Amino acid sequence: MFTVNPFTESSAYISVFYMKAYIILMILLVFGGTVFDVIHKGSAKYFFYAWKNNRESKTIGSKNILSVLMHTTIEALVSGEFCNWRRRACHLLTMYGFLAYIFSTILMIFFYSNTAQGVPVVVPVLWYVGSFSVCIGGYWFWFFVRVDVVAEGKSRFQFVQADLFILLTLTSVTLGLIWGCTAEIDAIWTRILFTLYLFFTALLFGTVPWSKFSHMFYKPVASFQKHISQEDGSRDNLPPPSSNSELLGSVRRVPRNY
Amino acid sequence: MPTFVYMTKCDGCGHCVDICPSDIMHIDKKYRRAYNIEPNMCWECYSCVKACPQNAIDVRGYADFAPLGHSVRALREEKKGTISWRIKFRDGREKNFVSPIRTTEWNSIKSPAEFEAPSERSRHSQELSHEPDALKIAGGLPTLRPDQLKIGKV
Repeated sequence: MFTVNPFTESSAYISVFYMKAYIILMILLVFGGTVFDVIHKGSAKYFFYAWKNNRESKTIGSKNILSVLMHTTIEALVSGEFCNWRRRACHLLTMYGFLAYIFSTILMIFFYSNTAQGVPVVVPVLWYVGSFSVCIGGYWFWFFVRVDVVAEGKSRFQFVQADLFILLTLTSVTLGLIWGCTAEIDAIWTRILFTLYLFFTALLFGTVPWSKFSHMFYKPVASFQKHISQEDGSRDNLPPPSSNSELLGSVRRVPRNY
Repeated sequence: MPTFVYMTKCDGCGHCVDICPSDIMHIDKKYRRAYNIEPNMCWECYSCVKACPQNAIDVRGYADFAPLGHSVRALREEKKGTISWRIKFRDGREKNFVSPIRTTEWNSIKSPAEFEAPSERSRHSQELSHEPDALKIAGGLPTLRPDQLKIGKV
Protein backbone atom coordinates (compact mmCIF):
# COMPACT_ATOMS: atom_id res chain seq x y z
CA MET A 1 0.00 0.00 0.00
CA PHE A 2 2.67 2.53 1.00
CA THR A 3 4.81 1.73 -2.05
CA VAL A 4 2.04 2.35 -4.61
CA ASN A 5 1.44 5.70 -6.27
CA PRO A 6 -2.15 6.58 -5.19
CA PHE A 7 -2.53 9.02 -8.08
CA THR A 8 -2.34 6.22 -10.65
CA GLU A 9 -5.51 4.84 -9.03
CA SER A 10 -7.25 8.21 -9.25
CA SER A 11 -6.35 8.49 -12.95
CA ALA A 12 -9.14 5.94 -13.51
CA TYR A 13 -11.76 8.60 -12.77
CA ILE A 14 -9.89 11.88 -13.28
CA SER A 15 -7.62 12.59 -16.22
CA VAL A 16 -3.90 13.17 -15.55
CA PHE A 17 -4.19 16.40 -17.53
CA TYR A 18 -6.70 17.78 -15.01
CA MET A 19 -4.55 16.69 -12.09
CA LYS A 20 -1.55 18.53 -13.58
CA ALA A 21 -3.73 21.60 -14.26
CA TYR A 22 -4.92 21.45 -10.63
CA ILE A 23 -1.34 21.45 -9.33
CA ILE A 24 -0.41 24.42 -11.55
CA LEU A 25 -3.52 26.26 -10.37
CA MET A 26 -2.53 25.66 -6.73
CA ILE A 27 0.98 27.02 -7.37
CA LEU A 28 -0.53 30.11 -9.02
CA LEU A 29 -2.91 30.56 -6.07
CA VAL A 30 0.00 30.48 -3.60
CA PHE A 31 2.02 32.90 -5.71
CA GLY A 32 -0.90 35.28 -6.26
CA GLY A 33 -2.01 35.07 -2.63
CA THR A 34 1.47 35.82 -1.34
CA VAL A 35 1.90 38.82 -3.69
CA PHE A 36 -1.53 40.12 -2.65
CA ASP A 37 -0.61 39.63 1.02
CA VAL A 38 2.68 41.48 0.61
CA ILE A 39 0.97 44.41 -1.17
CA HIS A 40 -2.01 44.52 1.18
CA LYS A 41 -0.02 44.41 4.42
CA GLY A 42 2.80 46.56 3.07
CA SER A 43 5.32 44.11 4.52
CA ALA A 44 7.84 44.57 1.69
CA LYS A 45 7.51 48.34 2.02
CA TYR A 46 8.16 48.05 5.79
CA PHE A 47 11.08 45.68 5.21
CA PHE A 48 12.89 48.06 2.85
CA TYR A 49 12.05 51.07 5.03
CA ALA A 50 13.56 49.32 8.08
CA TRP A 51 16.50 48.15 5.99
CA LYS A 52 17.25 51.71 4.86
CA ASN A 53 16.65 53.50 8.15
CA ASN A 54 18.11 51.13 10.70
CA ARG A 55 21.46 50.69 9.06
CA GLU A 56 24.36 52.43 10.68
CA SER A 57 27.36 53.80 8.84
CA LYS A 58 29.15 50.45 8.83
CA THR A 59 28.79 48.75 5.47
CA ILE A 60 28.80 45.01 5.15
CA GLY A 61 30.88 43.24 2.56
CA SER A 62 29.47 40.62 0.23
CA LYS A 63 31.44 37.93 2.11
CA ASN A 64 29.69 38.86 5.36
CA ILE A 65 26.30 38.96 3.64
CA LEU A 66 26.99 35.44 2.38
CA SER A 67 27.86 34.26 5.88
CA VAL A 68 24.67 35.87 7.25
CA LEU A 69 22.71 34.17 4.49
CA MET A 70 24.22 30.82 5.46
CA HIS A 71 23.45 31.44 9.14
CA THR A 72 19.84 32.40 8.35
CA THR A 73 19.38 29.35 6.14
CA ILE A 74 20.68 27.00 8.82
CA GLU A 75 18.46 28.65 11.43
CA ALA A 76 15.42 28.25 9.16
CA LEU A 77 16.29 24.60 8.45
CA VAL A 78 16.41 23.71 12.15
CA SER A 79 13.60 26.10 13.20
CA GLY A 80 16.15 27.75 15.48
CA GLU A 81 13.96 30.77 16.16
CA PHE A 82 11.76 28.78 18.56
CA CYS A 83 12.78 28.83 22.21
CA ASN A 84 10.28 26.18 23.32
CA TRP A 85 11.44 22.67 22.31
CA ARG A 86 7.86 21.37 21.90
CA ARG A 87 6.97 24.15 19.48
CA ARG A 88 10.23 23.53 17.67
CA ALA A 89 9.64 19.78 17.38
CA CYS A 90 6.07 20.34 16.12
CA HIS A 91 7.30 22.87 13.60
CA LEU A 92 10.08 20.61 12.32
CA LEU A 93 7.74 17.63 11.92
CA THR A 94 5.11 19.71 10.14
CA MET A 95 7.57 21.65 7.96
CA TYR A 96 9.61 18.71 6.68
CA GLY A 97 6.51 16.53 6.42
CA PHE A 98 4.74 19.16 4.33
CA LEU A 99 7.75 19.66 2.04
CA ALA A 100 8.12 15.90 1.50
CA TYR A 101 4.38 15.60 0.88
CA ILE A 102 4.29 18.48 -1.64
CA PHE A 103 7.38 17.45 -3.60
CA SER A 104 6.41 13.79 -3.77
CA THR A 105 2.88 14.79 -4.93
CA ILE A 106 4.36 16.90 -7.75
CA LEU A 107 6.74 14.09 -8.71
CA MET A 108 4.02 11.43 -8.70
CA ILE A 109 1.57 13.51 -10.76
CA PHE A 110 3.95 15.05 -13.26
CA PHE A 111 6.37 12.16 -13.81
CA TYR A 112 4.85 8.90 -12.59
CA SER A 113 1.08 9.21 -12.97
CA ASN A 114 1.01 6.97 -16.05
CA THR A 115 0.31 3.39 -14.95
CA ALA A 116 2.75 2.09 -17.55
CA GLN A 117 5.60 3.83 -15.75
CA GLY A 118 6.97 2.24 -12.61
CA VAL A 119 7.34 4.71 -9.72
CA PRO A 120 10.49 4.43 -7.59
CA VAL A 121 9.40 3.07 -4.19
CA VAL A 122 10.98 6.01 -2.40
CA VAL A 123 8.51 8.54 -3.90
CA PRO A 124 5.20 7.12 -2.56
CA VAL A 125 6.96 6.21 0.70
CA LEU A 126 8.05 9.84 0.96
CA TRP A 127 4.44 10.91 0.35
CA TYR A 128 3.12 8.72 3.17
CA VAL A 129 5.95 9.54 5.59
CA GLY A 130 5.46 13.24 4.86
CA SER A 131 1.71 13.00 5.45
CA PHE A 132 2.20 11.11 8.73
CA SER A 133 4.78 13.65 9.84
CA VAL A 134 2.40 16.57 9.13
CA CYS A 135 -0.35 14.79 11.07
CA ILE A 136 1.86 14.02 14.10
CA GLY A 137 3.31 17.55 14.29
CA GLY A 138 0.03 19.26 13.44
CA TYR A 139 -2.22 17.37 15.83
CA TRP A 140 0.37 17.64 18.58
CA PHE A 141 0.40 21.40 18.07
CA TRP A 142 -3.37 21.63 17.79
CA PHE A 143 -4.21 19.62 20.91
CA PHE A 144 -1.30 20.31 23.27
CA VAL A 145 1.03 23.13 22.24
CA ARG A 146 -1.16 26.09 21.19
CA VAL A 147 -0.62 28.79 23.77
CA ASP A 148 -4.26 29.65 24.38
CA VAL A 149 -5.11 25.98 24.88
CA VAL A 150 -2.15 25.15 27.11
CA ALA A 151 -2.27 28.25 29.25
CA GLU A 152 -5.78 29.57 29.26
CA GLY A 153 -7.51 26.21 29.26
CA LYS A 154 -9.63 27.16 26.28
CA SER A 155 -11.34 24.43 24.33
CA ARG A 156 -9.20 22.60 21.81
CA PHE A 157 -12.09 23.00 19.40
CA GLN A 158 -12.36 26.76 19.62
CA PHE A 159 -11.64 28.01 16.11
CA VAL A 160 -10.20 31.45 15.42
CA GLN A 161 -8.71 32.89 12.26
CA ALA A 162 -5.19 32.06 13.44
CA ASP A 163 -6.15 28.38 13.14
CA LEU A 164 -7.11 28.58 9.47
CA PHE A 165 -3.73 27.45 8.15
CA ILE A 166 -3.10 24.59 10.58
CA LEU A 167 -6.70 23.35 10.37
CA LEU A 168 -6.84 23.35 6.58
CA THR A 169 -3.40 21.71 6.39
CA LEU A 170 -4.47 18.98 8.79
CA THR A 171 -7.84 18.42 7.12
CA SER A 172 -6.34 18.29 3.65
CA VAL A 173 -3.42 16.01 4.57
CA THR A 174 -5.55 13.72 6.76
CA LEU A 175 -8.12 13.29 3.98
CA GLY A 176 -5.28 12.67 1.53
CA LEU A 177 -3.77 10.06 3.82
CA ILE A 178 -7.08 8.21 4.31
CA TRP A 179 -7.78 8.37 0.59
CA GLY A 180 -4.21 7.20 -0.19
CA CYS A 181 -4.64 4.18 2.09
CA THR A 182 -7.95 3.26 0.46
CA ALA A 183 -7.23 4.37 -3.12
CA GLU A 184 -6.98 0.82 -4.39
CA ILE A 185 -10.66 0.27 -3.52
CA ASP A 186 -12.79 1.46 -6.40
CA ALA A 187 -15.98 2.54 -4.63
CA ILE A 188 -18.16 5.62 -4.59
CA TRP A 189 -17.00 6.64 -1.10
CA THR A 190 -13.33 6.68 -2.14
CA ARG A 191 -14.29 9.05 -4.95
CA ILE A 192 -16.18 11.25 -2.46
CA LEU A 193 -13.09 11.15 -0.23
CA PHE A 194 -10.92 12.20 -3.17
CA THR A 195 -13.30 15.07 -4.01
CA LEU A 196 -13.19 16.27 -0.39
CA TYR A 197 -9.39 16.00 -0.46
CA LEU A 198 -9.23 18.19 -3.58
CA PHE A 199 -11.72 20.66 -2.09
CA PHE A 200 -9.82 21.16 1.18
CA THR A 201 -6.48 21.32 -0.64
CA ALA A 202 -7.89 24.09 -2.85
CA LEU A 203 -9.11 25.87 0.29
CA LEU A 204 -5.64 25.57 1.86
CA PHE A 205 -3.87 27.12 -1.12
CA GLY A 206 -6.67 29.54 -1.96
CA THR A 207 -6.82 31.21 1.47
CA VAL A 208 -3.20 32.39 1.56
CA PRO A 209 -4.10 36.08 2.12
CA TRP A 210 -6.23 35.21 5.16
CA SER A 211 -4.18 32.42 6.70
CA LYS A 212 -0.56 32.41 7.84
CA PHE A 213 0.53 30.30 4.88
CA SER A 214 2.90 33.01 3.63
CA HIS A 215 4.86 32.97 6.92
CA MET A 216 7.12 30.43 5.25
CA PHE A 217 8.27 33.18 2.89
CA TYR A 218 8.44 36.26 5.12
CA LYS A 219 9.81 34.65 8.31
CA PRO A 220 13.19 33.83 6.72
CA VAL A 221 13.34 37.39 5.31
CA ALA A 222 12.67 38.88 8.76
CA SER A 223 15.30 36.57 10.23
CA PHE A 224 17.80 37.65 7.55
CA GLN A 225 17.15 41.29 8.37
CA LYS A 226 17.70 40.57 12.08
CA HIS A 227 21.05 38.91 11.42
CA ILE A 228 22.16 41.70 9.09
CA SER A 229 21.39 44.23 11.84
CA GLN A 230 23.56 42.20 14.23
CA GLU A 231 26.36 42.07 11.70
CA ASP A 232 26.40 45.80 10.95
CA GLY A 233 26.27 46.75 14.63
CA SER A 234 22.87 48.46 14.62
CA ARG A 235 21.30 45.35 16.23
CA ASP A 236 17.85 46.95 15.89
CA ASN A 237 18.99 49.30 18.67
CA LEU A 238 19.56 46.41 21.07
CA PRO A 239 22.54 46.62 23.42
CA PRO A 240 25.57 44.44 22.65
CA PRO A 241 26.00 41.24 24.67
CA SER A 242 27.55 41.95 28.07
CA SER A 243 31.14 40.96 28.75
CA ASN A 244 30.27 39.37 32.11
CA SER A 245 31.22 35.78 32.67
CA GLU A 246 28.49 33.27 33.44
CA LEU A 247 28.55 33.51 37.22
CA LEU A 248 25.08 33.91 38.62
CA GLY A 249 23.05 33.03 35.58
CA SER A 250 20.80 30.16 34.68
CA VAL A 251 19.28 28.74 31.56
CA ARG A 252 15.92 30.16 30.53
CA ARG A 253 13.17 28.29 32.29
CA VAL A 254 9.99 27.19 30.62
CA PRO A 255 7.27 29.61 31.74
CA ARG A 256 4.95 28.29 34.40
CA ASN A 257 1.76 28.81 32.44
CA TYR A 258 2.91 28.76 28.84
CA MET B 1 4.07 55.04 26.43
CA PRO B 2 3.01 51.43 26.58
CA THR B 3 4.66 48.36 25.17
CA PHE B 4 4.13 47.18 21.63
CA VAL B 5 5.05 43.98 19.83
CA TYR B 6 6.84 43.59 16.52
CA MET B 7 4.66 40.96 14.88
CA THR B 8 7.40 39.71 12.56
CA LYS B 9 9.68 38.96 15.50
CA CYS B 10 7.15 37.51 17.95
CA ASP B 11 6.73 33.74 17.82
CA GLY B 12 3.76 33.63 20.19
CA CYS B 13 5.61 31.77 22.97
CA GLY B 14 3.63 33.53 25.72
CA HIS B 15 6.48 34.51 28.07
CA CYS B 16 5.17 38.09 28.13
CA VAL B 17 1.62 36.95 28.85
CA ASP B 18 2.94 34.89 31.73
CA ILE B 19 4.93 37.67 33.33
CA CYS B 20 2.76 40.77 32.79
CA PRO B 21 1.66 42.00 36.25
CA SER B 22 -1.29 43.85 34.73
CA ASP B 23 -2.40 40.86 32.66
CA ILE B 24 -2.64 43.04 29.58
CA MET B 25 -0.40 41.02 27.27
CA HIS B 26 -2.58 38.55 25.39
CA ILE B 27 -2.35 36.29 22.38
CA ASP B 28 -4.07 37.71 19.32
CA LYS B 29 -6.82 35.51 17.95
CA LYS B 30 -6.12 36.39 14.35
CA TYR B 31 -2.35 35.98 14.19
CA ARG B 32 -1.57 34.05 17.40
CA ARG B 33 1.04 36.62 18.35
CA ALA B 34 1.28 38.60 21.57
CA TYR B 35 -0.20 42.08 21.80
CA ASN B 36 -1.03 44.65 24.42
CA ILE B 37 -4.80 44.62 24.89
CA GLU B 38 -5.00 47.69 27.10
CA PRO B 39 -2.15 50.11 26.35
CA ASN B 40 -3.41 52.78 28.74
CA MET B 41 -3.16 50.33 31.65
CA CYS B 42 0.52 49.58 30.99
CA TRP B 43 2.72 50.99 33.75
CA GLU B 44 5.94 50.44 31.81
CA CYS B 45 7.47 47.94 34.19
CA TYR B 46 9.43 46.48 31.24
CA SER B 47 8.79 42.94 32.49
CA CYS B 48 7.62 41.75 29.08
CA VAL B 49 10.44 43.59 27.30
CA LYS B 50 12.99 41.83 29.49
CA ALA B 51 11.31 38.44 29.34
CA CYS B 52 10.83 38.27 25.55
CA PRO B 53 13.33 35.75 24.15
CA GLN B 54 12.89 37.17 20.64
CA ASN B 55 13.41 40.83 21.66
CA ALA B 56 10.12 41.45 19.90
CA ILE B 57 8.68 43.89 22.45
CA ASP B 58 9.59 47.52 22.59
CA VAL B 59 8.45 50.45 24.66
CA ARG B 60 9.08 54.12 24.54
CA GLY B 61 10.72 55.58 27.60
CA TYR B 62 9.53 58.51 29.66
CA ALA B 63 9.79 61.84 27.91
CA ASP B 64 12.09 63.35 30.53
CA PHE B 65 15.03 61.15 29.63
CA ALA B 66 14.12 59.85 26.22
CA PRO B 67 12.12 62.26 24.09
CA LEU B 68 10.88 61.59 20.57
CA GLY B 69 13.29 60.00 18.19
CA HIS B 70 14.96 57.97 20.91
CA SER B 71 15.20 54.27 21.59
CA VAL B 72 15.31 52.31 24.84
CA ARG B 73 15.98 48.63 24.50
CA ALA B 74 16.91 45.83 26.88
CA LEU B 75 18.80 42.58 26.35
CA ARG B 76 18.43 39.92 29.01
CA GLU B 77 21.11 37.24 29.15
CA GLU B 78 20.07 34.55 31.59
CA LYS B 79 23.25 32.52 31.44
CA LYS B 80 25.33 35.53 32.36
CA GLY B 81 22.78 36.77 34.86
CA THR B 82 22.81 40.24 33.32
CA ILE B 83 20.49 42.70 31.71
CA SER B 84 21.89 45.33 29.39
CA TRP B 85 20.28 48.59 28.36
CA ARG B 86 20.98 50.72 25.33
CA ILE B 87 19.50 54.19 25.28
CA LYS B 88 19.82 56.23 22.14
CA PHE B 89 18.90 59.90 22.32
CA ARG B 90 17.58 61.73 19.34
CA ASP B 91 20.65 63.96 19.23
CA GLY B 92 22.80 60.88 18.61
CA ARG B 93 24.10 60.35 22.14
CA GLU B 94 24.08 56.81 23.38
CA LYS B 95 24.24 55.31 26.86
CA ASN B 96 24.84 51.67 27.67
CA PHE B 97 24.25 50.04 31.05
CA VAL B 98 24.77 46.51 32.32
CA SER B 99 23.11 45.34 35.56
CA PRO B 100 23.00 42.00 37.34
CA ILE B 101 19.65 40.25 37.29
CA ARG B 102 20.38 39.03 40.82
CA THR B 103 23.25 39.05 43.27
CA THR B 104 22.74 35.65 44.85
CA GLU B 105 23.33 32.33 43.26
CA TRP B 106 20.51 30.60 41.45
CA ASN B 107 18.47 28.34 43.76
CA SER B 108 20.11 29.85 46.82
CA ILE B 109 16.82 31.38 48.00
CA LYS B 110 14.62 28.96 49.95
CA SER B 111 11.08 28.57 48.72
CA PRO B 112 8.26 28.84 51.33
CA ALA B 113 7.80 25.05 51.23
CA GLU B 114 11.37 24.52 52.40
CA PHE B 115 10.78 26.30 55.69
CA GLU B 116 9.46 24.45 58.73
CA ALA B 117 5.73 24.61 59.29
CA PRO B 118 4.86 27.40 61.77
CA SER B 119 4.20 26.32 65.35
CA GLU B 120 0.93 27.01 67.16
CA ARG B 121 2.67 29.71 69.23
CA SER B 122 4.07 31.49 66.18
CA ARG B 123 0.63 31.51 64.58
CA HIS B 124 -0.61 33.72 67.40
CA SER B 125 2.45 35.91 67.27
CA GLN B 126 2.32 39.33 65.67
CA GLU B 127 5.40 38.51 63.64
CA LEU B 128 5.02 37.39 60.07
CA SER B 129 6.12 34.01 58.78
CA HIS B 130 9.84 33.27 59.19
CA GLU B 131 10.40 36.41 61.19
CA PRO B 132 12.69 37.37 62.84
CA ASP B 133 15.19 35.09 61.02
CA ALA B 134 14.14 36.23 57.54
CA LEU B 135 14.61 39.88 58.53
CA LYS B 136 17.80 39.12 60.47
CA ILE B 137 16.45 40.86 63.59
CA ALA B 138 16.81 38.10 66.15
CA GLY B 139 17.29 40.64 68.93
CA GLY B 140 13.94 42.28 68.19
CA LEU B 141 12.84 45.10 65.93
CA PRO B 142 15.14 48.13 66.02
CA THR B 143 13.34 50.84 67.93
CA LEU B 144 14.21 54.34 69.03
CA ARG B 145 14.59 54.98 72.73
CA PRO B 146 12.89 58.13 74.11
CA ASP B 147 16.23 59.82 74.62
CA GLN B 148 17.00 59.35 70.93
CA LEU B 149 13.91 61.25 69.88
CA LYS B 150 15.57 64.61 70.33
CA ILE B 151 16.68 66.60 67.32
CA GLY B 152 20.28 65.90 66.46
CA LYS B 153 20.49 62.69 68.49
CA VAL B 154 20.22 59.32 66.83
